[in-house]
Amino acid sequence: MLRKGCHNKMATNGDLNKKNAVDIGEMIARNKQKKSFSNYFEKAIPTILFIIAIISVLTTIGIVLTLITEAVEFFKRVPIWDFFTGTILKPLSQNPEFGVLPLINGTIMSTIIAMLVAGPIGLMSAIYLSEYASDKVRRVLKPLLEVLAGIPTIVYGFFAFTFVTPLIRSIFPGVDATNILSPGLVMGVMIIPMIASLSEDAMTSVPNAMREGSLAMGATKLETTIKVVIPAALSGIIASFVLGISRAIGETMIVTIASGSSKNFTFDITQSMQTMTAYIVEVSGGDAPAGSTIYYSLYAVALTLFVFTLIMNLLARYVSRKFREEY
Amino acid sequence: MSSSSENQKSTVKLKVDNVAVDTTNKNRNIVYDTKDLNLWYSETHALRDINLSIYEKEVTAIIGPSGCGKSTYIKTLNRMVELVPGVRTTGTISYQSKNILDKSFKVEDLRTRVGMVFQKPNPFPKSIYDNIAYGPKIHGIRNKKILDEVVEKSLRGAYIWDEVKDRLNENAYGLSGGQQQRLCIARCLAVQPDVILMDEPTSALDPKSTLRIEELVQELKNDYSIIIVTHNMQQAARISDRTAFFLDGKVVEYDNTNNIFTNPSDTRTEDYISGRFG
Repeated sequence: MLRKGCHNKMATNGDLNKKNAVDIGEMIARNKQKKSFSNYFEKAIPTILFIIAIISVLTTIGIVLTLITEAVEFFKRVPIWDFFTGTILKPLSQNPEFGVLPLINGTIMSTIIAMLVAGPIGLMSAIYLSEYASDKVRRVLKPLLEVLAGIPTIVYGFFAFTFVTPLIRSIFPGVDATNILSPGLVMGVMIIPMIASLSEDAMTSVPNAMREGSLAMGATKLETTIKVVIPAALSGIIASFVLGISRAIGETMIVTIASGSSKNFTFDITQSMQTMTAYIVEVSGGDAPAGSTIYYSLYAVALTLFVFTLIMNLLARYVSRKFREEY
Repeated sequence: MSSSSENQKSTVKLKVDNVAVDTTNKNRNIVYDTKDLNLWYSETHALRDINLSIYEKEVTAIIGPSGCGKSTYIKTLNRMVELVPGVRTTGTISYQSKNILDKSFKVEDLRTRVGMVFQKPNPFPKSIYDNIAYGPKIHGIRNKKILDEVVEKSLRGAYIWDEVKDRLNENAYGLSGGQQQRLCIARCLAVQPDVILMDEPTSALDPKSTLRIEELVQELKNDYSIIIVTHNMQQAARISDRTAFFLDGKVVEYDNTNNIFTNPSDTRTEDYISGRFG
């Protein structure tokens, strides 16, 4: 039946098909019969992809569960209240004390310093790249800026310790050899490209028609940028800031190298402080026998860190939805 | 609804009839006087020796096939054309006896006096209120009471007040395309310009919204000089007092709309308006 149809077709097409006497219709029909395997495959694909997609979710759940169970063990030995309100952290002392506030303080201080550097510089770079730079300049400058993001953090840490700190000390001799200021600044430099690049993307995707609408009202370029482009791109800009903050909170190497390990609870940025991440490096790198309180404290600190980043992400979602200007 | 649009048609007709009388006594002031204007986009010669006088409180239509330079010309009138890199101009455009193409002329001042409505409605992603208040605000008006007044007056002027008065704080993108375009016209009115440039303002709209914009243009010309670029010849015939026909960057013919559509002096104009090309 099928064949007959094909023959008819060939006859009508005449000379054209004579030379390459390939009967495509028949070949397709033959292939269709072999399709049973690929049919099953087609049906299995969603399931396979679902399993692959769920791997990262399961991993996250696994990590969180581990953190929680081990942290619970820690809180059996150290009351949770003492942990979160204690301003003294002396894990290796004869009478160890486990107050996490010095670490939280160190983390927040370094993050604030970093964002004070990265926020304004990153945003202004983004404004320049998206609104003012010519195509030529942007094509050169943007990749150069992004090279900064490719430098390993250990290099930044070294840079902070061997270059920035001595520089600060030569100007302000009272600054300690290890301090939170220098790694904070360097961390800021590290985060600039992230904020600049993501904010620039958000601003570039604001339609030109909006800029034209504003310019045609007699607004200057700066007014247009501040009052139309930035508000329209605000959710993306906020997202870039929050990602920057998360990055600063989670940053480890720079603070470990350049801020030392004194567990001061202080607001003096010229002194050495320890962040949560640096504490984890110090304790897990040193001798913390499994099952000891100091070993379990790692998990408690890690859980705190996790909650911090989680809150940041939720906040980012909420804020960016609230400020979204839909167009 | 239908009776009102019928009324509108009859008034339009009346106005078109008036034009012939109007131009014979030539009392109207010239808003824009273009002399020997040439414009290049890098190597492309887009406007050639344009000489055109545009009169106050009239609707001037600019028609012509795609790529004839009509949009370029209207964008030269508020210097928006400079946003394209590599634009060069020669010649002069006098606006209130000053050459706006002179580099010392402050382009922000010009654009405050000359509003523009674009092909696609382009409200800001802000509330309806903030869209209208934007212009006054950037020019330094902060008084809330005055702003409230300006917003209402402008929205009324664009005949959209009744549709939006209960939702001034909602995002302008919740409006329909036609409403958005009238909002953009209201946005122009808020800074009390002298001239409104319209670059194919109805090409993205449905017929009903188009009709409303056309009615609005008829109203606005009592207070503003309007220059409208349009693809639609019937539209030009319906709403304009004068029509300029552009072809390949040149003005082929510029005359009363009546004359252009009933008795064109150039055969190319006749061919275009009778639909033989373009």
